[in-house]
Amino acid sequence: MIPVHYYLILSAVMFITGVVGVLTRRNAIIIFMCIELMLNSVNLTFVAFSSYLGNEAGQMFVFFVMAVAAAEAAVGLAIVIALFRNKQTVNINEVNILKW
Amino acid sequence: MNQLLTDTLHTAPIMGTIVLALVVILINAMKKDSLALEYWVSLIGIAANIGLAVWAFPLRGSAFAGTVMTGGFASLTAAVFLVAAGLTIILSRAYIEKIGVNFGEFFHLILMGAAGMMTFAAGTDLVVTFVGLELMSICLYALAGISRRVHKSNEAALKYFLLGAFASGFFLYGIALIYGMTGTTNILGIAQNIAAYKSEPLFLVGAGLLLVGFAFKIGAVPFHMWVPDVYEGSPTVVSAFMSTGAKAAAFAALLLVFTATFDFIHSSMNTVLSVLAVASMLVGNIVAISQTNVKRMLAYSSIGHAGYMLIGITAGGDVSMAGVLFYLISYMFTNLGAFGVASIIENAEQQGTDLENFRGLYYRRPLLAVLMGVFMFSLVGIPPLAGFFGKYYIFVAAIENGYTWLTIVGVITSMISVYYYLRVVVLMFFQAPEEAEAPQVTSGGTIALLVSAFGILLVGLFPSIVLGWMGGLF
Amino acid sequence: MIESYIPIFLIIGVAAIFGVVSVNMSWLLGPQRPYREKQSTYESGVDPVSTAHYRFSVKYYMVALSFIIFDIEVVFMYPWAVRFRELGWPGFVVMLVFVVVLAVGFIYELKKGALRWD
Repeated sequence: MIPVHYYLILSAVMFITGVVGVLTRRNAIIIFMCIELMLNSVNLTFVAFSSYLGNEAGQMFVFFVMAVAAAEAAVGLAIVIALFRNKQTVNINEVNILKW
Repeated sequence: MNQLLTDTLHTAPIMGTIVLALVVILINAMKKDSLALEYWVSLIGIAANIGLAVWAFPLRGSAFAGTVMTGGFASLTAAVFLVAAGLTIILSRAYIEKIGVNFGEFFHLILMGAAGMMTFAAGTDLVVTFVGLELMSICLYALAGISRRVHKSNEAALKYFLLGAFASGFFLYGIALIYGMTGTTNILGIAQNIAAYKSEPLFLVGAGLLLVGFAFKIGAVPFHMWVPDVYEGSPTVVSAFMSTGAKAAAFAALLLVFTATFDFIHSSMNTVLSVLAVASMLVGNIVAISQTNVKRMLAYSSIGHAGYMLIGITAGGDVSMAGVLFYLISYMFTNLGAFGVASIIENAEQQGTDLENFRGLYYRRPLLAVLMGVFMFSLVGIPPLAGFFGKYYIFVAAIENGYTWLTIVGVITSMISVYYYLRVVVLMFFQAPEEAEAPQVTSGGTIALLVSAFGILLVGLFPSIVLGWMGGLF
Repeated sequence: MIESYIPIFLIIGVAAIFGVVSVNMSWLLGPQRPYREKQSTYESGVDPVSTAHYRFSVKYYMVALSFIIFDIEVVFMYPWAVRFRELGWPGFVVMLVFVVVLAVGFIYELKKGALRWD
């Protein structure tokens, strides 16, 4: 039996990797992939806790997170495509009309 | 089976709105050039759903195994979101034809967004809260980018999407940690044993991450970076819906989560909350001064208003919770109106919401200028308009609960805000117009703006009635 | 009280360092001695005939999206199917509602021609 801490540390590491990726990368698609990494690390946390506590609410939450992530991907990629058609780029440094 | 039926009936406003949204999208799929039909179906449906919300008001309790709240608070907030959605739809009819995105999907997305807001604000289980949040957000991402040939709109949608999804990540991680510590995602379940977890570090980290997610959604400093860009770049009616509905939903959910776990919040979180409040009030109101675009100025002002509402949440107690809800209602009418005027002033290229475009508006469109004046005065908080009482109740509650210093900051920043709100008024009334065409005003737009203005006046003249609805909600 | 936070800060610290390090490690450690052969797309293989940034038809995107959405929704049907007998009629009605909502989306997609290939 692997202790629950291992899962938690792994998912914390995954989560922070995602956060660092979002903050340092400049390609909209890669940023989006990093966000998905964050969501999946959350899923791992949920499943780990769920099995540790012997309570299935966490697993159910994972289903919802997955479904929502899929819907988010659909809308997000559509937005990226619309942007690419107008600007021919997905680099967020070149997406900068709006600023104060 | 009977239980299922009763639960469905008691959550009628949410269910009804979802059904309505599905009907609208079906009409859109089946029938060509059906914009007018969809428009009227949406409006009639919204009116019916407001009726359902009023009907469900006395049915205080919970449905679906304690995951959704019914009646009372849920009905009141549902009615607020439905009014916001209805006014947005009326305003957007002419606007989406002007900017050339006259798709029926527009109404569908607004209705689904409203359903998401209701779910978000009524969820007493974090699963439901999360699903509602995402339903609302995903609709708003799509709405922000709906004029897909305009760079500004693409950019706003991309920024909103990336930062919104990023914030959802924090929100979820917070929920995961709270679940791990408490073994439940039900807010009431968490609240029951709060004393046992109160000082568990992992629980505190979870609650902190949850707060980060909320702060992103309400646009509180330092999580406000997206607000100005998104409000400026999105189609103006969408900004109106976002700044009122989405913000109100996030605040309502915050209220729900935080009133249930009140002792905990009051002991451990109020420093953080008051810092957020002060930072939002200062940054929002001071940066707004230097803006030349009215949409962007309203975005910064909405950051400032999030700060005022955070004072109410920090102070806690029934009076200030009612104050926050009151503030949400008055702010909904006011900001919808202000963005509505901007959407009428705006030209077909989605440009022309600069301060310059408001110069001498009174001489071109007197009614529009007078209405904008009312909205600006309400945002400042001049009695007897609704905005005044919102601020008043929150400040009084804060002083009663010993947060006098927060009130002082609030009053000072309100003084600052007078400058940039009244600048618009001065420009409209006391400056000669340049050579410019008068903007096209449609009857629908006028009606929506008049409704907003009357709402502000009524709420401002009879605040005790509105407060009466909130009696014993918390 | 404050001591009990130490493990949390430790985890956050370790995770942050790991995040930064692992993202930048390949760039730091990997030897960067590019030469012409190495920069070609396939060191041993046929040279590509056109740029890899070829724009695919948006139809692929539509199909992929439909797949994601409908594939993920099945996730909710499995638990229902497993507990089908225990859930009984209420479960069936709820699943029916779920499928109807999905069907509305599907009708919309069909009518808008998202699945028409030509």
